[in-house]
Amino acid sequence: MNPSPLLRFKETSIQFGGLKVLSDLNFELQNGELVGLIGPNGAGKTTVFNIISGIYQPTKGDVFFEQESLLQKKPYEISRDGIVRTFQNIRLFSTLSVVQNIGIAMHKAGPYSFWSSIFKTKKFVQFESDFILRAKELLEIFGLSHLAEEEAGSLPYGIQRRIEIIRALAASPRLLLLDEPAAGLNHAETDELMKLIRKIRDQFRLSVLLIEHDMKLVMGICERIFVLDHGEIIASGRPEEIRKNPKVIEAYLGSEVLDGE
Amino acid sequence: MKVLKSATFQLFVFSILLATLSQNVLNPYQQLILSYVAINVILATSLNLVNGFCGQFSLGHAGFMAVGAYVSGVLSLHVQIFQGPIHFLNFPFYALVGGLAAAVAGWFVGMPSLKLRGDYLAIVTLGFGEIIRVIVLNLDSVGGARGLYGIPGPKGISLKDFGIPFELSSFFVGSTLAFFFAGGTCVVLWRLTRSSFGRAFLSVKEDEVASECMGVNTTQTKVFAFVISSFFAGVGGSLFAHTTNYLNPASFQFMKSVDVVIMVVLGGMGSLTGSVLAAIFVTVLPEALRPLQQYTGVDLRMVIYSLSLILLMILRPQGILGTKEWSDFSPFRKWVGKR
Amino acid sequence: MEDFFQHVLNGLNLGAIYALIALGYTMVYGVLQFINFAHAEVYMLGAFSIYYANKWLHLSDHPGWMAFGISIAIAIVVCSAVGLLIERLAYRPLRGSPRLNILITAIGVSLFLQFSGQAVFGADPKLFPQVLMDSEIVRFGQIQIRSFDLTILGVSMAAMALLHFLIHHTKMGRAIQAVRHSQTSASLMGINVNFMISLVFVLGSSLAGVGAVLVGLKYPKIDPLMGMLIGLKAFVAAVVGGIGSLPGAVVGGLLMGLSEEMVVAYLSSTYRDALAFGLLILILVLRPSGLFGKSQVEKV
Repeated sequence: MNPSPLLRFKETSIQFGGLKVLSDLNFELQNGELVGLIGPNGAGKTTVFNIISGIYQPTKGDVFFEQESLLQKKPYEISRDGIVRTFQNIRLFSTLSVVQNIGIAMHKAGPYSFWSSIFKTKKFVQFESDFILRAKELLEIFGLSHLAEEEAGSLPYGIQRRIEIIRALAASPRLLLLDEPAAGLNHAETDELMKLIRKIRDQFRLSVLLIEHDMKLVMGICERIFVLDHGEIIASGRPEEIRKNPKVIEAYLGSEVLDGE
Repeated sequence: MKVLKSATFQLFVFSILLATLSQNVLNPYQQLILSYVAINVILATSLNLVNGFCGQFSLGHAGFMAVGAYVSGVLSLHVQIFQGPIHFLNFPFYALVGGLAAAVAGWFVGMPSLKLRGDYLAIVTLGFGEIIRVIVLNLDSVGGARGLYGIPGPKGISLKDFGIPFELSSFFVGSTLAFFFAGGTCVVLWRLTRSSFGRAFLSVKEDEVASECMGVNTTQTKVFAFVISSFFAGVGGSLFAHTTNYLNPASFQFMKSVDVVIMVVLGGMGSLTGSVLAAIFVTVLPEALRPLQQYTGVDLRMVIYSLSLILLMILRPQGILGTKEWSDFSPFRKWVGKR
Repeated sequence: MEDFFQHVLNGLNLGAIYALIALGYTMVYGVLQFINFAHAEVYMLGAFSIYYANKWLHLSDHPGWMAFGISIAIAIVVCSAVGLLIERLAYRPLRGSPRLNILITAIGVSLFLQFSGQAVFGADPKLFPQVLMDSEIVRFGQIQIRSFDLTILGVSMAAMALLHFLIHHTKMGRAIQAVRHSQTSASLMGINVNFMISLVFVLGSSLAGVGAVLVGLKYPKIDPLMGMLIGLKAFVAAVVGGIGSLPGAVVGGLLMGLSEEMVVAYLSSTYRDALAFGLLILILVLRPSGLFGKSQVEKV
């Protein structure tokens, strides 16, 4: 076991009032891994993401990213540290163009000063034309550069999902969190997505943690899987192991998966 | 020639032309209305930054206007740095100081409130506006309820000293300054919104959580918009002080903040062009309605305004221009690049 | 010392009224997550409805419990009707719109009612009819307990108790609680969400109506712009107590009333109105969720 994991949950618990959503979670993610997080609805999967991205603070325990605690960090700090996520319900900036969406993730609120922007200095002008080019380059890798000027909210659902992932990429993550990226996609689109995720992990050399209900995708691309149920990890291991794990089958999978899909 | 292309120069020419036109074409009453238009343009475009581009609800613009007006006014009563033919340069200085004072106030108001849920900003800014007004009302050193009299306005310039047998009236100088400020505000805000800052504002408005998760410091972004907006409110206040030469706390009531909100909503939250158009419309309209008011004896202005707010929100929440700017319309597309 | 008790009594009275109105704000915020700026004008219209009803019914000719009861009833009916209308016409069409739009509409409705009120009723203040006689009930040395004080405290407590009963011990109340928690879940369980929301407006507005009559007793000067100040204070009270929390609104209201009374008595009356804003800033900086509030967890 690598002594310095990329991400580590240490006895992490979170409680909302009287409701304990996560209890004593312990897990690790290594550099470069493609890991899946599955479990029935209400198990606490998105809560895990919300804790990693800093939207919630755990009530007990700690979370470490590259050995540094994420506790008390604001979401934007965590994002800049290298953890970027997508959302269960697509959260693109719908009235902005695709390029603007990507640009915001790329440069946040500006590499130049206020004065540069109002006096239109060389630095400003240069940057403004640059970021559009870089955004289009990024889109081109996924064959979507023709949509650069389109209004994000007007695009078809499947495309929006992809744009959201590309936007997250633009923020230069070292760890990419994908929250149900296949939700609402048909078989063909899911296949495309599987290829996309693998490509991203390989080409951009980052680690991926994804939440999914689509077993074909999870079993198909994840190297390791955690199973969450009622706020606890009931199993973890390689897809073949998880598939056969009786606890997991009982809680979540059902016997169809045993027959292979 | 680089100078000719510079925005400052173009602004200057624009202001002179407009002032000349105003002096020769309009009667004094209309000229006064035009100065009010200039002030309202500054107020509306600056409020749009917060309400329209950033999606926050500020109800206290009049308060920051008051800060700028009183600071600028009092300063002008005691300090005149530039004398003689360049006396007019004092006024950009007063406006700067007034604006900075308002910006500081904006920082103090914005910092605690913008960390919280959006609705709170509305109440806090409403309260701030009222607190400022009450403070001024009780400060005899700035005139209190009687008001502050004798605030200097720009003086005329005699060009005889330069060998040109020409006199620029104080009105002309004042108008030029007013249009220069208004135009300058528009240019600055235009450039700001067409930059990464503008995109950050819009992302906060669209989806604050997503924006934060993409690495945008949303609190800082909101406070930044708020401070800039307050600065220009202060500049507007300064212009108001030196145009009317008299200040009274009653000019900065909550209704004034509502006036500006109406301009922003009507023009389109997120459209600077819209704010300019709406500012013109809302300034000129009551004057056109005045005969009706004299007839019915009732100030129907607020009734009409408030009803318009409701109807706008239900029927056409994007106002006149939505988030479009003049550059989005086809004949102008060629001039300006894309955002 | 005796003065102090008198002030406490007055403060509680004032606070009870603030509590009544604060409950309206907090209930609407609980279900719809926005500040119903127009609530203050519902209260104002309640007061005016009694003024005009009196012209017609001559209640003040026979002050007493009958007249008082009729006034309360009329105020409740009028305020509920106004509250319902506002919800249906101005707020419901905007369900699902960005929060900013609804806030703007709320301000619009508030201003519209204020200024139409001025146009229709006239801007000059009127005198609320005396539907009840004031008299001294008890005396402890310098401390007077007058019948008005008891009435105000008694009626407001009764109204709040009734609300508490409705919310916590009836099926209807549980349905409202469900809607406050989650509109989608509630509708999936067969609850008519629109009806419940309208009900919330009716309940809140009724309390405002009761408050209007009680205020009219003690401070009979009424004008179309009276709602703004008391509305603001009541709203701040709701925030102090924790917006969305019913007990919070009550505690906040009482606190607001007590502190206002103390400030006027021991500091200076010029700062009476600034107190509300001071309290607001204080609570927002120290404990934004209010005394009883839970920090809202946003569903991501």
